[in-house]
Amino acid sequence: MMKAFFRALREASLSAWIGLVIVVGNALCAILAGWIAPYDPADPVGGLWEGFTAEHWLGTDQLGRDMLSRMLEGGQLTIGIALAVTALAFVIGVLGGFIAALGRGAVDQVLSRIVDALMAIPTLLFALLVLSVMGTSVPVLIVVIAILESTRVFRLARALALDLAAMDFVEVARLRGESMLWIMRREILPNTTLPLMSEFGLRFCFVVLFISTLSFLGLGIQPPAADWGGLVRENAQAINFGIAAPLIPAAAIAILTVGVNLVVDWMLARQGKAMLERPA
Amino acid sequence: MSDPLLSVSNLQITVPGADGPRAIVENVSFELQRGEVLGLIGESGAGKSTIGLAALGFGRGAVRLSGGEVLLDGEDLRQMSEAQLRALRGRKVAYVAQSAAAAFNPARTIGEQVIEVQLRHGLASREAALDQARTLFAELALPDPEHFGDRYPHQASGGQLQRAMIAMAMAGRPDLVVFDEPTTALDVTTQVEVLAAMRRVIDQHGTAALYISHDLAVVAQMADRILVLRHGRMVELDTTEAILHHPREAYTQELVAARADRMKELAHAATTPLLDIRAVSAAYGGGAHKVLFDIDVSVHPGETVAIVGESGSGKSTLARVITGLLPPAEGRIEFQGKPLSPALAQRSDDDLRRIQLIHQLPDVALNPRHRVGDVISRPLSMFRGLRGRELETEIARLLALVDLDPALARRYPVQLSGGQKQRVCIARALAAEPDLMICDEVTSALDPLVAEGVQDLLLDLQRRMRLAMLFITHDLGVVRRMADRVVVMQHGRIVEQGTTSEIFTPPCAAYTQRLLDSVPEMRIGWLAERLDVLQTQPV
Repeated sequence: MMKAFFRALREASLSAWIGLVIVVGNALCAILAGWIAPYDPADPVGGLWEGFTAEHWLGTDQLGRDMLSRMLEGGQLTIGIALAVTALAFVIGVLGGFIAALGRGAVDQVLSRIVDALMAIPTLLFALLVLSVMGTSVPVLIVVIAILESTRVFRLARALALDLAAMDFVEVARLRGESMLWIMRREILPNTTLPLMSEFGLRFCFVVLFISTLSFLGLGIQPPAADWGGLVRENAQAINFGIAAPLIPAAAIAILTVGVNLVVDWMLARQGKAMLERPA
Repeated sequence: MSDPLLSVSNLQITVPGADGPRAIVENVSFELQRGEVLGLIGESGAGKSTIGLAALGFGRGAVRLSGGEVLLDGEDLRQMSEAQLRALRGRKVAYVAQSAAAAFNPARTIGEQVIEVQLRHGLASREAALDQARTLFAELALPDPEHFGDRYPHQASGGQLQRAMIAMAMAGRPDLVVFDEPTTALDVTTQVEVLAAMRRVIDQHGTAALYISHDLAVVAQMADRILVLRHGRMVELDTTEAILHHPREAYTQELVAARADRMKELAHAATTPLLDIRAVSAAYGGGAHKVLFDIDVSVHPGETVAIVGESGSGKSTLARVITGLLPPAEGRIEFQGKPLSPALAQRSDDDLRRIQLIHQLPDVALNPRHRVGDVISRPLSMFRGLRGRELETEIARLLALVDLDPALARRYPVQLSGGQKQRVCIARALAAEPDLMICDEVTSALDPLVAEGVQDLLLDLQRRMRLAMLFITHDLGVVRRMADRVVVMQHGRIVEQGTTSEIFTPPCAAYTQRLLDSVPEMRIGWLAERLDVLQTQPV
């Protein structure tokens, strides 16, 4: 198992390597943020918007806090919340999509129309509305975005499962008296991992952007803590003075998104190749 | 003799295996003259399709053309770059696949897809290409050739799509067409039409063809010469005449005999019926689309009842009604003297266990992500509560029972041949220890020797286990071989039923007669005679 993994790594293309380095680097920074941050991210330790110096590698922000420490904390929040949201969105979306596809008829109609309704409302407006009514705590944020994102997952999962539900092996399982849950888990899910996996990567990127957008608008993570979107917002004024501070979190968002996409591409290519080359 | 169009010498084709490359085709050599049709015949796994694709310089998946020469017009396809090969395909060599339905893009009209080759290679203007396509449609006897191209694939029947695919192959005016089992998925009546259309077009255009099939009778209609293959090696290459009447090799003789000898009778035991279907009607779409009318059928223990009819006659729907997938609109079904719940959800586990269905296409009846062992173990643990060692032993026993190596339990379905997959499906059904097995065209996708092996297996199992079988098929040869009684269906109604000898002894009902006449006979010129008959007395 491990050997196969290392072989795959050796054979990975340059773009895959870049993606892997970005993703692993981001993950490590997010996990270790508390330990490796040079300063307390909430402490003003320097002047306003200082440049890149030996004490402050990424300079300081609009209150003189260390930018590197703020970035690490922001990364932890952004990635952690995005992961939680994507995972929750997938649980809701895949479950709902499979139930709709296998249940057909009324079940499918009800679930699909709910999803249609949710998709018809502009997501940002919907999120703004709900968050201003419910308040912006992290759990509320996670649930609201997850529900919005799950509609896309639902559509994909339903389409995939509809295809598979027409297969004779599903009919055989039904004739055996298998429960719907068993059919979903054993007959449908293993045949959908590939498209679902790539969708997971893509969704994760969208969620990162969405959270950042909300925070930029002031409805995401509340001060003094800030995710990357929040950091852009706090330092946005600096751009008027030609200071790079807001570009740092913006670049981090862009790099993470690109990195995740590169890794997903690599995994897809590998899976596709493995299918073709399975010995006859 | 002039230079051959296609010359294959010492062809070797390998796939990567666990311990180095494994040869699936070895030392195959043959020549094909312009305008000649060569039939490739053999059981599945004989390398027929692989050789056919090699004529296009193509290897499926990890398949490598590892040795020998494939000369097309004197140029070796093995030495060509992918770009050179692409320029060749469609223009000089074309390919007709087994399943036309899967080869068409459902989102575009048939016409667009037929002329694609010409546009891609810049052979003709759009208008000229469309014009030519219409001519081809007419030659292939497609309905309304002027507007047939405007249809989408779902608006054409299987037989029409297969002919449209032939039009697609012929559109680039290739020198060579590779037909890969083009009529296997069709029922006998449709097959006759497609065969005739193919023969006509090949004759008119003077195209050379490789015709791949497992049905010797079909190949005999199409080919000038026949190459018999087994396990990737050449068995015999001779004229069609010689292969049919004076086969030299033992394997060829067996192949000829398997197709010719199909008469078999079984006495019919009169007992209380195991399955009794009374006045059953059924419809799809909440009663909107009626497909079965007033069906009365009974199956006795240990008996094989064949249900025959062309596609669309309601055979498979009847199977869905019996298994509970489609509750009947009217009528009742009794099993072992007790009424059977119409809907699947209301049936007990025991009812489910007693009736097992085997599907036509083992490819979609097996989950590609489940190992063979898992496939068979599920019914064992569900219905019989087997666990651990007991379970392993039983899986091995079942695999051995269907003549498979118990070591195959660790394989995935993609790693098995068609015949092996169908045997796994049979083992899965047997695992439930059923009283009634419904076989829905189980051997129609297999070649005759493998199919015969599966049929022998089913007959043997049935005798040993007193298993009743409902054998749904369009192949009358199989019916004669397998069935005690026959039910002939057309348009959702029973046309006639009786013992196999009653049904097949003249005089027959008109429809039965037509089905019988559509089975290709192993005679050169049968197709021409058959077409003459059809023209004089249209059906």
